[in-house]
Amino acid sequence: MTMNGWLQIAFFCAVLLAATKPLGLYLVRVFDGSLRFLRPIERMIYRAAGVNPDEDQHWTRYTAAMLLFSVASMLLTYAVLRLQHRLPLNPQHLAAVPDRQAFETSASFTTNTNWQSYSGESMMSYFSQMTQLAFHNFASAAVGIAVAVALVRGIARRGGEARGRLGNFWTDLTRATLYVLVPMSLVLSLAMIQQGVIQNFKPYVEVTTLEGAKQVLAMGPVASQESIKQIGTNGGGFFNANAAHPFENPTPWSNFLSVIAIFLIPSALVYYLGRAVKNVAHGWSVWAAMFLLFLGGVGVTYWSEARGNPTHAARGVDVVASATNPGGNMEGKEVRFGVANSALYAVVTTDASCGAVNAMHDSFTPLAGLVPIVNMQLGEVIFGGVGAGLYGMLIFVVLTVFIAGLMVGRTPEYLGKKIQAREVQMTMLYVLGAAASVLVFTAISSIATSGLAGRNNMGPHGFSEILYAFSSATANNGSAFAGLTGSTYWYNTQLGIATLVGRFALIVPALALGGFLAEKRVVPASVGTFPVSGPLFTLLLIGVVLIVGALTFFPALALGPIVEHLLMGAGRLF
Amino acid sequence: MATLSQGTRRRPLFDPPIVRRAMRDAVRKLDPRHQLRNPVMFVVLVGSVFTTFVCARELLGGTAGWGFTLQLALWLWFTVLFANFAEAMAEGRGKAQADSLRKSRTQTTARRLTGESREGKFDQRGPVAVDAERLRRGDVVLCLPGDMIPGDGDVVEGVASVDESAITGESAPVIRESGGDRSAVTGGTKVLSDYLVIRITANPGETFLDRMIALVEGASRQKTPNEIALTILLSGLTIVFLLAVTTLQPFAIYAGGAVSVPVLIALLVCLIPTTIGGLLSAIGIAGMDRMIQQNVIAMSGRAVEAAGDVNTLLLDKTGTITLGNRQAAAFVPVNGTAIERLVDRAQLSSLADETPEGRSIVVLAKEQFGLRGRSVGAHAGETPSEPGVLGPVFVPFSASTRMSGADNGTHQVRKGAADAVLRWVTDQGGKVPADLSTVVESIARDGGTPLVVAERDGSATPTVLGVVYLKDIVKGGMRERFDRLRAMGIRTVMITGDNPLTAAAIAQEAGVDDFLAEAKPEDKMALIKREQAGGRLVAMTGDGTNDAPALAQADVGVSMNTGTQAAKEAGNMIDLDSNPTKLIEIVEIGKQLLMTRGSLTTFSIANDVAKYFAIIPAMFVATYPALQALNIMRLHSPQSAILSSVIFNALIIVALIPLALRGVRYRPAAASVILRRNLVLYGVGGLLVPFAGIKLIDVILVFVGLV
Repeated sequence: MTMNGWLQIAFFCAVLLAATKPLGLYLVRVFDGSLRFLRPIERMIYRAAGVNPDEDQHWTRYTAAMLLFSVASMLLTYAVLRLQHRLPLNPQHLAAVPDRQAFETSASFTTNTNWQSYSGESMMSYFSQMTQLAFHNFASAAVGIAVAVALVRGIARRGGEARGRLGNFWTDLTRATLYVLVPMSLVLSLAMIQQGVIQNFKPYVEVTTLEGAKQVLAMGPVASQESIKQIGTNGGGFFNANAAHPFENPTPWSNFLSVIAIFLIPSALVYYLGRAVKNVAHGWSVWAAMFLLFLGGVGVTYWSEARGNPTHAARGVDVVASATNPGGNMEGKEVRFGVANSALYAVVTTDASCGAVNAMHDSFTPLAGLVPIVNMQLGEVIFGGVGAGLYGMLIFVVLTVFIAGLMVGRTPEYLGKKIQAREVQMTMLYVLGAAASVLVFTAISSIATSGLAGRNNMGPHGFSEILYAFSSATANNGSAFAGLTGSTYWYNTQLGIATLVGRFALIVPALALGGFLAEKRVVPASVGTFPVSGPLFTLLLIGVVLIVGALTFFPALALGPIVEHLLMGAGRLF
Repeated sequence: MATLSQGTRRRPLFDPPIVRRAMRDAVRKLDPRHQLRNPVMFVVLVGSVFTTFVCARELLGGTAGWGFTLQLALWLWFTVLFANFAEAMAEGRGKAQADSLRKSRTQTTARRLTGESREGKFDQRGPVAVDAERLRRGDVVLCLPGDMIPGDGDVVEGVASVDESAITGESAPVIRESGGDRSAVTGGTKVLSDYLVIRITANPGETFLDRMIALVEGASRQKTPNEIALTILLSGLTIVFLLAVTTLQPFAIYAGGAVSVPVLIALLVCLIPTTIGGLLSAIGIAGMDRMIQQNVIAMSGRAVEAAGDVNTLLLDKTGTITLGNRQAAAFVPVNGTAIERLVDRAQLSSLADETPEGRSIVVLAKEQFGLRGRSVGAHAGETPSEPGVLGPVFVPFSASTRMSGADNGTHQVRKGAADAVLRWVTDQGGKVPADLSTVVESIARDGGTPLVVAERDGSATPTVLGVVYLKDIVKGGMRERFDRLRAMGIRTVMITGDNPLTAAAIAQEAGVDDFLAEAKPEDKMALIKREQAGGRLVAMTGDGTNDAPALAQADVGVSMNTGTQAAKEAGNMIDLDSNPTKLIEIVEIGKQLLMTRGSLTTFSIANDVAKYFAIIPAMFVATYPALQALNIMRLHSPQSAILSSVIFNALIIVALIPLALRGVRYRPAAASVILRRNLVLYGVGGLLVPFAGIKLIDVILVFVGLV
């Protein structure tokens, strides 16, 4: 580990902290409807869609609208992918996307996962890319934000007068897109172009390399895709190499911009929580829990990668960092990013449900590979996906309040609202849904021939690949250990289902929880109330996230990355 | 703690007869229908049955290693039995508690009359002595002077003065007679004169005891709201771990070493929250037991739980915050009267006054002015100018005059409420001194009751001598208790019939947060509704029939045992000691109950970390010897590791039974302080204890040679 590496990580933390409050305040104004500068466009959209923006929807209606929107847009995408050979803007005359991949892709993009089992340039027409995949980059992010905002409203609304109403899905969706996602990606696109990310519609360029070989360089409107892919925590790369590709991520600055962009909205949403529930300290306490978990992840990953593979050192490879040697484990990493930025990127992209990568996670040392898996298995609550991170963390907050709140001798209350049977039920459904999807799918694939066939490696590393894939799909991350061959009927179908379960089987209980909380009277706080702010609460929350979130997966992790790490120490590699 | 021990019947935690019975009950509770009520323990039961089955097959098939499976099976059965035992212990203690309570309550004997004479008169010669608790509705009893009225009823015959001070706080006796408005009598009140024949209209408190025992015994025991929520959490965790363990087998097969099913069951049982799952119902029952120890009968577990959540306590001033009676604190002369004269007249008028207020005047006169008590007819001596103080005759307080006093020939002394005495003075042509109203008001403002003293000598016009300052005496230690309640975040509101000035002064002195002055029953009701509309839970005590609606409305309504049947039916708890201050203990027991649940849940979940480190390496060390590195406890062998974990998991239930029955230690403090303490104790403790415990058991197992 180098001072330079830590300074870069510290710089990242400082910028994140500085941006959280201003952006959070902006979000408050967007979602309470007091920001109106795009009102005419908003109104046009509502009129065209035929929705009543003033309706305060009951949680069931809110959920129904969300599901309707998601299912309809997913079906549309499926149809377009299957029919793209008959649709315009297909100069390469690409054939219809096979059913299994059309299903998986439409599910994956609708759920903000962006797991790609195909190669874009050889399978997706421009029409499919522009009208469907790009659309989902915005829409799935906006849905996530809407759900988080609705849950926060449920928590914040006072007294019985809310009667389970959470706001209006259509206005939340529209505002998240118009006021947040579009302007932010516009700004980021320009910054990325300045850094040298390409943005053109030119044909592919054929060049002669220094060695005299011919090479085709792919072109395209990369910067605009890149920005929403990061800001919306989508992660689906323009190029197969994702953010490791020099046209997607050319410089350390573009790398910094793209990695900070992942955390911007999730972090600001936590501040939004504090503001909306009129307990800013609570918001910061949750933020602190996320931040400490993030730091822990970065620490372990960076340490493990900087330490490198002991087998290499044993064979005389110089793994010590110096002015001319990045040191550590450089396998699968870009030289311009080095160990620190690769570790940071890997942790951020899996803390959030982004899934963009600037290095090969498959080539990480086992412990460094463990961190991304654990991050995803925790449900991506360390800042997390846009919206998804907040509502996931709020589930853990409710759990914490329930378990620890009893210890102060009262029926647990979260911000004045009693946590009772129904709320606990929804919380457990959420936890159960996530755990079941990862464990059951991984179990099936780890003994079925078709599942085993997809592995790139044997032994525990192969197991990690399968575990990573289903953790990633369930958590709607979309990154891969990049060893697994995912484009088979087996994996396309199961990963597609896992993304749907990981999204909707969790959103519905989350919204129900919001609705139930919005029905509750508020008990005024007193010194007898369980405190939901301060260092103690932050530590408790971290404890519950780790124990409830990670204990479930400990056996699986022990048979994957942990045993691999121990075997590596013994000189055995996979 | 000191306050909890007051009136407590201490019982050793493991009373041999209760233990013996609990052991039998533990086996009886293996009934699957009973186990289904507790999903966590049901999973353990199914696991035990399955492991036993596997063991039997191994034994018949002559497979090596059946001894290990047998030990696993035995300890799994023990896990279920220990949990049953905990529940049975709590039930047994509750029943024993109630039995001894019933015995102590039967000391009152009643004279039950049999048969009705022809004229409708009862045969008073043949009353049968029966225990008051055995009276039933419709029984007719005779009460003679000095008798405690054994239960609520209607007077069917006779007129008598009855001391109802225990209920009303009013020390003046009231008249109860057959027929009309004044025929209802209340259990616990005392007949002072004459006799009454009473038809009992309600079964005495025993029925409440019976009802509560039924609650303890499980037949009618219902899960409380928080218990339901906690059961959902525990069931959810159980399902999560069920998934984690069942999917572990495919992972193990992938790794190349399938795990035996009994070992998987062992892991599952260790991971699911058996500690809290096994003790959950015991904790709930023990909460009710602790109520009985305080001589409080809770009518539902829900009420005990609600007590912990109370935000606002409504406390009646008289009897709760202040002693039932006021005491003379000062003599204030008016109109230039010599203070000795005022003291002398005040004492004279009170000599034969048996009310506590009257007696306190005599006491004060003696303490401050050395004025000795005079028997009727005695001479004060030092005032020879006044004629005829030879034979004072006491004039008792009456509701029409609202004064009491003494007549000595033509010399009359009167003391009473300001307006009553003033009317007596002005009606007879006397004048009201100019400075009187100032004195009266300032006493009222200070929270006292002004008692005006006037005299009339012969045909002269009466003169006002001065005022006796009667003061409400706040019970000792109340301020500290209210401070403690405040530290817990509970607001106290004093209810009083006094005027706002007086009420404010007493509230100030006692240290309550708020007060409701000139309170009528409907004001009390309105206050409760207002508090509840603000999301607060309200607790109150009450005894009168007019308290019944408020008792029913309050979240925790504690009725006094001396109270009317209506009040008892309306509330959800009955205090057999009729001590309104006990509300504070009730709240503390409720809080302790919830804290115990939370602490053991945290402990149970935190335990899992150590168990993973014991069992996971044990399961897979054959496949991946490198996993031995996770065996940080350095347990002897895979078998000893698994067995030690299962044994620890079973024994910790037994080890925690005392905690479940007694409740975690509770000291009033702010939530953040309590949280920190319990978190360190049960959270951090829960992480560390099993490491030591499992290691210790492992060492013992190896030493004994069981593995």
